[in-house]
Amino acid sequence: MAVRLNVNGADHEVTAAEDTPLLYVLRNDLGLKAARFGCGTGQCGACFVLIDGRAVASCDTPLWSAVGKTIVTLEGLGTPEHRHPLQCAVIDEQAAQCGYCLSGILMSAAALLAENVAPTEADVRTALDRNLCRCGSHNRLVRAVMRAAGGVAK
Amino acid sequence: MNLAFRLAAGGSSDAPKLPGSLHVNRRLGQWLRFLPEGLVEVRSGKVELGQGIATALAQIVADELDIASARVRMIPASTVSSPDEAVTSGSLSVQESGTALRYACAEARAIYLEVAAARLGKPADRLQVIDGEIVAVGGAHTSYWALADDALLDREATAAVAPKSAHRVVGTAMLRLDIPDKAFGRPRFVHDLELPAMLHGRVLRPPSPAAVLLSVDDSKVRALEGIVAIVRDGSFVGVIAEREEVVVKALERLSAGAAWTERETLPHSATLPDWLKTQPVETKVVDERAAASAPEAAHTLRARYSRPYLAHASIGPSCALAQWQGDALQVWCHSQGVYNLRADLAVALGLAADRIVVAHVEGAGCYGHNGADDVALDAALLARAAGGRPVRVVWTRADELAWSPFGPAMAIELEADVDAAGEVLAWRHDLWSNGHSSRPGRAATPTLLAATHLERPFERVLSINPPLAAGGGADRNAVPLYEFPARRIVNHRLLAMPLRTSALRSLGAFANVFAIESFVDELARARDEDPVAWRLRHLADSRARAVIEAAARRAGWTSWQRRDAWGHGIGFAKYKNTGAYCAVVAEIEAEREIRVRRLVAAVDVGLVINPDGVANQIEGGAIQASSWTLKEAVRFDRMRVTSSTWEDYPILKFSEVPAIEVEIVSRSDAPSVGAGEAAQGPTAGAIANAVYDALGVRVRDLPITPERIVAAAG
Repeated sequence: MAVRLNVNGADHEVTAAEDTPLLYVLRNDLGLKAARFGCGTGQCGACFVLIDGRAVASCDTPLWSAVGKTIVTLEGLGTPEHRHPLQCAVIDEQAAQCGYCLSGILMSAAALLAENVAPTEADVRTALDRNLCRCGSHNRLVRAVMRAAGGVAK
Repeated sequence: MNLAFRLAAGGSSDAPKLPGSLHVNRRLGQWLRFLPEGLVEVRSGKVELGQGIATALAQIVADELDIASARVRMIPASTVSSPDEAVTSGSLSVQESGTALRYACAEARAIYLEVAAARLGKPADRLQVIDGEIVAVGGAHTSYWALADDALLDREATAAVAPKSAHRVVGTAMLRLDIPDKAFGRPRFVHDLELPAMLHGRVLRPPSPAAVLLSVDDSKVRALEGIVAIVRDGSFVGVIAEREEVVVKALERLSAGAAWTERETLPHSATLPDWLKTQPVETKVVDERAAASAPEAAHTLRARYSRPYLAHASIGPSCALAQWQGDALQVWCHSQGVYNLRADLAVALGLAADRIVVAHVEGAGCYGHNGADDVALDAALLARAAGGRPVRVVWTRADELAWSPFGPAMAIELEADVDAAGEVLAWRHDLWSNGHSSRPGRAATPTLLAATHLERPFERVLSINPPLAAGGGADRNAVPLYEFPARRIVNHRLLAMPLRTSALRSLGAFANVFAIESFVDELARARDEDPVAWRLRHLADSRARAVIEAAARRAGWTSWQRRDAWGHGIGFAKYKNTGAYCAVVAEIEAEREIRVRRLVAAVDVGLVINPDGVANQIEGGAIQASSWTLKEAVRFDRMRVTSSTWEDYPILKFSEVPAIEVEIVSRSDAPSVGAGEAAQGPTAGAIANAVYDALGVRVRDLPITPERIVAAAG
């Protein structure tokens, strides 16, 4: 099936079975590697992308359901040249160990900040609770989101 | 098997002793190369696991060579060109690789200064190095880059040039080299690696440890478009396809079409500690000290502790790529030891080691011997059917949780003979556990998972313990640092292994320190003595006392306000009794579950390479240990491992993570030691002691769940 997907502000023509998980289309057809496979069942958040502004598990989102929607991956959030405040904050706070979970966490954080420019720490923890981190970078990540929120608010 | 393990096992040569891994990788050119374009290529056999080692080593190199850290290129480990530093494990990378690089760079700098001196006509001791420029008084100058010549370092190291004692980059919180890639979502992990004409592979793992494959109906798999091959070799079965979503679907169909015989080979999980104590064992007295005189004990205190099997539970499943060209194999993977893996691949595949290249590419967080080596063999076996095309294999979440080696379950019995005042006269520690290492590259039989499933299977190798001189395994930190007149420490290694076990971060230290720190808390309380004061009174080592005092001070130990359902506790250990000192104070609140609200850690790692790196490792270690302590246990019935999703194997979540403060006790005159495994045992001890403080209930079997608290209270 050939479909048109809107990813990171551009339309892409993709040929894949309609039930293909969006994650594989992003990674293998579009070469966008930020969203990562963690569990395949939406339990860990490593594959989160924004679909119409909501942080969604791309590993169990079928391709057909993403057609006609606006998809944003971490690559679309910001680039080294045009950094999103969350990306700056992650570097400033050194908020990673292995960083495998990071992309998905930043998508949850981006969805939060789009709705709430001045979250409390509890708001941030609640927003990130669908994302798992095994290395124990949680508190640094929360600080990074709070720092980015400060930057966004200003 | 890190280098320390190999040396302790008698692997040293007759050549003069050189520092760190330089001893077994003696050519200077193995470690570094100057490039004319103003860069230094640095090769370490230690790999980035998410712990920040590449950054720390780059800092060491920048300091020794007098160059900006931006000029350092850390080359990922590969069997083509890296020094063989065995395994990245045991919190030894700074000691083994950092020390080697420090001496290699100091000597390389001196060699280049000699050449520069001849070139400039000035004595070498009148030359200065400023970011790689070599400058003489009066202004004549050259540079490492102008003089760059590999032949200069094609010689054996002597370690005759002393490394610097003053530091410029070492000791600073230099930003991690790898974090920008990760913050911008750039390809960085082995999962992201794309090779031309790459195919996708998946392996169908057996449903239980003793399962044997009877038959596979693969007709429904073959009906899928883009299936390249279905591979079966005994009970090993896998599939290769052009597209990833197709291979995922193929695996489901393969699973549905497979028939297995299964047997009940697993213990009763409800009585795991009893099971551990009734297995055939190899018993070893780890340490024994008799008292000079033996006053009569007033009574003996006894307590039994345990921990369950623990899973690595990395967020990214194990992944590797393999490609055959004729009878030559290349593998890209996140193994902790590329040479060790190569040795096992060679045996498993019946290939000469020199026909195999193993290259390291970063994986998701690594906390010990996980599936990284196993998946490399999976990829190699599947790629044999790929007609020379590369194949990427990714494990499923279920296999990652159920088939990676587990951190072994442990049972511990402690006894203390005390006098009438409750002072310890004799201390006894008995522990029962499988070995804590079944790493590859150590023996004639490969330890890779698929090797045991082949038509002509390799025997399943019993896990062993590294020798105590290399830190020990199950017995790691079983010898208490506290001063007792007499002690006897005994390790019973199980000779049955129904579940495959191997190294998980801190090995036996997590459970041993949990038990020791819980028990000394009981001893102190039995005397009505403050647990901090008791510890300080029993430690002769001033660095040990210093971290306890620092943690207690920072946490406000003496000004603690007692509140209903809240408690605080302390835990301490010197990792491996040779590494980092760490004390942790935990503050918990007993709600429906135990919530750790605050952890305060004080750590002494000797000379600090990167203070933020140390803090990051301690924070991460304390959070992971909180998760182990409160939540984690591998679940199984008599036949199968049943914890195969994040619902069955929950880990600590953002909303459950405590506030953490880390205080680094600086000791710039002491050698650097690793920080990655220092906090685990002390954190468990501190939490357990805080739970007792809050509830008056001593939970001795991990994890400390509501059910366990109820059971312990009964």
